[in-house]
Amino acid sequence: MTMIFGVPLAVFTGQLLLGLINGAFYALLSLGLAVIFGLLKIVNFAHGAMYMLGAFATLLGMRYLGINYWAALLLAPLAVGLAGMLIERLLLRRIGHLDHLYGLLLTFGLALIFEGTLVNFFGVSGARYPTPESLAGGYQLGFMFLPKYRAWVLLAAIGVCLFTWYMIERTRLGAYLRAGTENPALMQAFGVNVPLLVTLTYGFGVALAAFAGVLAAPLYPVSPTMGSNLLIVVFAVVVIGGMGSILGAIVTGLAMGLIEGLTKVYYPEAANTVIFLVMILVLLIRPTGLFGKEA
Amino acid sequence: MATTQTMTPSMKRERRANLRRNAFYLALIVIGLVAPFVAYPVFLMKVLCFALFACAFNLLLGYAGLLSFGHAAFLATGGYVTGYLLSSYPALTPELGILSGTAAAVALGAVFGALSIRRQGIYFAMVTLALAQLMFFFYIQAPFTGGEDGLHGVPRGELFGIISLRNSLVMYYFVFAIFLFGFALIQRTVHSPFGQVLKAIRENEPRAVSLGYNVDAYKLVAFILSAGLAGLAGSTKTLVFQLASLTDAHWHMSGEVILMTLLGGVGTLFGPVVGAGLVVSLQHLLAQSPLGNWVGPILGAIFVLCVLSFRSGIVGEAIKMYRKNFK
Repeated sequence: MTMIFGVPLAVFTGQLLLGLINGAFYALLSLGLAVIFGLLKIVNFAHGAMYMLGAFATLLGMRYLGINYWAALLLAPLAVGLAGMLIERLLLRRIGHLDHLYGLLLTFGLALIFEGTLVNFFGVSGARYPTPESLAGGYQLGFMFLPKYRAWVLLAAIGVCLFTWYMIERTRLGAYLRAGTENPALMQAFGVNVPLLVTLTYGFGVALAAFAGVLAAPLYPVSPTMGSNLLIVVFAVVVIGGMGSILGAIVTGLAMGLIEGLTKVYYPEAANTVIFLVMILVLLIRPTGLFGKEA
Repeated sequence: MATTQTMTPSMKRERRANLRRNAFYLALIVIGLVAPFVAYPVFLMKVLCFALFACAFNLLLGYAGLLSFGHAAFLATGGYVTGYLLSSYPALTPELGILSGTAAAVALGAVFGALSIRRQGIYFAMVTLALAQLMFFFYIQAPFTGGEDGLHGVPRGELFGIISLRNSLVMYYFVFAIFLFGFALIQRTVHSPFGQVLKAIRENEPRAVSLGYNVDAYKLVAFILSAGLAGLAGSTKTLVFQLASLTDAHWHMSGEVILMTLLGGVGTLFGPVVGAGLVVSLQHLLAQSPLGNWVGPILGAIFVLCVLSFRSGIVGEAIKMYRKNFK
């Protein structure tokens, strides 16, 4: 059997794939955080809760309404996005003029509400969501076994990331968004409805999180706390990459997932913590983050 | 006396204000001394520990303008080090155990502080949160913390080798003394020239830099002081409950201390004390009611309400009202 630094090739590539998939989730979530931060200047602590709500909407939609996976892939982000727009209109807008730390605190409170409420109904041990039938099974590639669902998650996540990048960097709506990030007052003066743009941006950002949640439902146990633990890692990823660049968020997310996967192969004890250690290293060498601009 | 005759009206006013303040402090100390005869001492000790924790946190947020989302790490470090040392070395007296726990928190504060002040604002909050999570994972895996179970049955021992702390009343006065020490230290820091510079940094960092202050050094010292006092609170808490567990290291704890400070009043001396008293009482009451499972969402809702419409907190609002009506 082929060995890579003392590890069987199949184990090596398997862990690398798992790492890449984790990385795809980091990328999707940090992308949403970066989009929201760009325009609203707040760090959305409820992002993990939105990811969790996306997964729960998928699970409960199937259980009670008979909505299948493919419909959930569209409906769950839509529902969570609408809820996010409501949150922006009713709550976040009121504190828009204050120090941006208040935005972090408010969304933290929201995260506690969502998480705690669902814990009461569903407990902390997660529920299983079946893999959609058309994606069951996998491919034998010779050097590794590739489950179909994991390949799909990777493709879908990277596809959505690239789509978002295209939307923001290459379309008119994206140009508005980037202009609004630079100078919202001037945009308003040019006749662009900036408050609406802010609402839509927040809705889109949390919809990305919910989309990640739907993708995650068949992979990980669906539990109320699945989002918060992931979010803290994503925060570290965001500190590493900086929130200034869309492509930077995607690349950093995937890279951190890979590093985590490699650590799992060679030093599993540190797999939980390696991203935080990378963050410390980046703070020491390049405090503004890999893709960050001077604040 | 000659000096009293030459006193200007403003000096007289200041003197009266000082007298009033001292009388107020004295009254509070008397209340603290009588309290264990009125309320359950263990409950009061819990309040005092969290009040000290919140005061330490407030030193950073309220006076230096730094929002740490990772103060649980220091509370837990103090608790674990004290708990481990007192459990493994029976000869060690409790005050030395608490000192060691505090020292460990100071050391951790120096490292984390030096790292996190390299970023500002929102990034500072995320860095502290991530570093605290690093400690959480470390404490799950470390051999001396008892993992998921935590450390149980930490002996309270004999203070200075003479006074047994088994008795709750004796323990209470020890905790009260520690709290007073911590509070006095914070009070002195805030009103010292050092505290004034911190406030200047909070209000306008670039200007503080241009005035020639080494802003990073000031922030770091404030961070270490805050971490050390949080560790002191954690060490004391471990001694009171004879227990150190992962709950103290979880990010929920970092959020709770923010809530206590916000609810009581950020940047006021007594705000965190009031906030800690309220949050601990609320948890205590909810735990006994049918709403016991709803502590998390209820705290979350209070959080949202505080941020939306009660940002000065209880003490902050009270000060505003006092200034409006009595001055």
